[in-house]
Amino acid sequence: MDMDLRNLQGYASFFMSLFLVVMLYWYIIHLYRSEKKGERDYEKYGNIALDDEVTSTPVEDKPASEREYKEENK
Amino acid sequence: MQSNAALEYDYSLAKKFTFLTILFGFLAMLVGTLIAAQMAFPELNYLIGEYGTFSRLRPIHTNTAVFGFTVSGIFATWFYVGQRVLKVSMAESKFLMVIGNIQFWIYFVGALLATISLLFGISSSKEYAQYQWPFDLVVVVIWVLWGVGMMGLIGIRREKALYISVWYYLACFLGIAMLYLFNNMAIPTYFATEGLGSIFHSVSFYAGTNDALVQWWYGHNAVAFGFTVPIVGMIYYFLPKESGQAIYSYKLSLLSFWGLMFVYLWAGSHHLLWSTVPDWMQTMGSAFSIVLILPSWGSAINMLLTMKGEWNQLTDNPLIKFMVLASTFYMLSTIEGPIQAIRSVNAIAHFTDWIPGHVHDGVLGWVVFMIMAAIFHMAPRMFKREIYSKKLMEAQFWLQTIAVVLYFTSMWIAGITQGMMWRAVDEYGNLMYSFIDTVTVLHPYYTIRTLSGVMYLLGFMMFAYNIYKTMTSGRQLTEEPQFRTPMA
Repeated sequence: MDMDLRNLQGYASFFMSLFLVVMLYWYIIHLYRSEKKGERDYEKYGNIALDDEVTSTPVEDKPASEREYKEENK
Repeated sequence: MQSNAALEYDYSLAKKFTFLTILFGFLAMLVGTLIAAQMAFPELNYLIGEYGTFSRLRPIHTNTAVFGFTVSGIFATWFYVGQRVLKVSMAESKFLMVIGNIQFWIYFVGALLATISLLFGISSSKEYAQYQWPFDLVVVVIWVLWGVGMMGLIGIRREKALYISVWYYLACFLGIAMLYLFNNMAIPTYFATEGLGSIFHSVSFYAGTNDALVQWWYGHNAVAFGFTVPIVGMIYYFLPKESGQAIYSYKLSLLSFWGLMFVYLWAGSHHLLWSTVPDWMQTMGSAFSIVLILPSWGSAINMLLTMKGEWNQLTDNPLIKFMVLASTFYMLSTIEGPIQAIRSVNAIAHFTDWIPGHVHDGVLGWVVFMIMAAIFHMAPRMFKREIYSKKLMEAQFWLQTIAVVLYFTSMWIAGITQGMMWRAVDEYGNLMYSFIDTVTVLHPYYTIRTLSGVMYLLGFMMFAYNIYKTMTSGRQLTEEPQFRTPMA
């Protein structure tokens, strides 16, 4: 088989697209699986837009506790 | 950090950029309407000598719409949404406030000077990238300042998770940064010709077909990362917040995000179908354009489903109307684009008025509607006043909706007529029509487009007036509304 640069580019492009498609489908599975296993609850992040006062409790507040910790120890 | 005084969001930058959004929006639409009228009535080209010709004004229309109106809208909403979803106030960091204000002033002065430069014919002649290199450098400075401000705000956030809108704003920042730098690589002819050329005239680093490819990789993705990505970011915040309904499926929003990022960057070569670009690249552009329907509709359907069980809000809240219509027009233009990217369709559509028709149902129906809705939502929160007039808002909605419909239907008919006439041959294979035949046939449609421009501009003036009256004489609010925007 003649493997000149053009052919190589063609194969590279095809397999890269295929790889990215697999990654994208894997991502869907990952999202649903980690919810099913109870590792993550993605839907709760939707509340970030609804409850968005500066004084509201963060949906995930790790940086806040770190901040407070830092501030307390100043 | 002020620990004693009650902490509040600082909207000063959001307000400043809101004013610019309205100013540049008015300018872009005024010039747009004028050049639409020039297409129908060519004598309007000669009102103010060389400064009033279509060729001078068209880049002002497009660049002011993209880099004036839309970018101001992106900045205005970022400085509002960013704080809220990260649950951190700009007032908590003097540094971020200073950076933001420097960004504002360089942007304001830079954008005005850049517009004037186009009026004087200082242009690099690449579509949507006409600003000459000194202005490109100013754009880079503004963009870096925005990036510093954005990363800074993310750095001091309380909310650990980055809300989906923030992802979109980040993508807008990174995407435009990459595209703008690569496409605007140029060298002033003064340096390339031992002093014969001009310091304000430059040539692209790329030549021929390569230049065209880089240009349309840029041009198409300027639409992606300027007109799509940040606007999707806006609707993901403003529609749930205004309706009080969380996004229908947060997972779908994440998936659509990555889908859009993956697919959009490959579709640009559909602007170069039937050209000297390699065949496989044209096919790739077409194929990726079709696939692009999925992530685009993923976001749009997610938005419509967010209203599930709450459709009554559509009838009694005009703001919801604006956003649902925006979402619907997003669906329309993201199905129309892929259709135009099919080679056989493109053979008829390319270079015809169907293309500006497509651009305008996207921009007028989706981008402008969404940015106006965002400003309507922000205004009572920023100015602590009720929206001045609900009736005016309703009237504006219908006037502008009819205007968009008139625009794209007239351009559909004009474009397809034009495409068919250019290709028509008689029994001997001779072309049946000369160019002027098409111009004569298209005149009524150009007139309809002008009328739609006048209507849309009028609607935008009603919007500007409503916001001005809200600021100055709307009923004062004692506390910030949680969801639905109050209006008189």
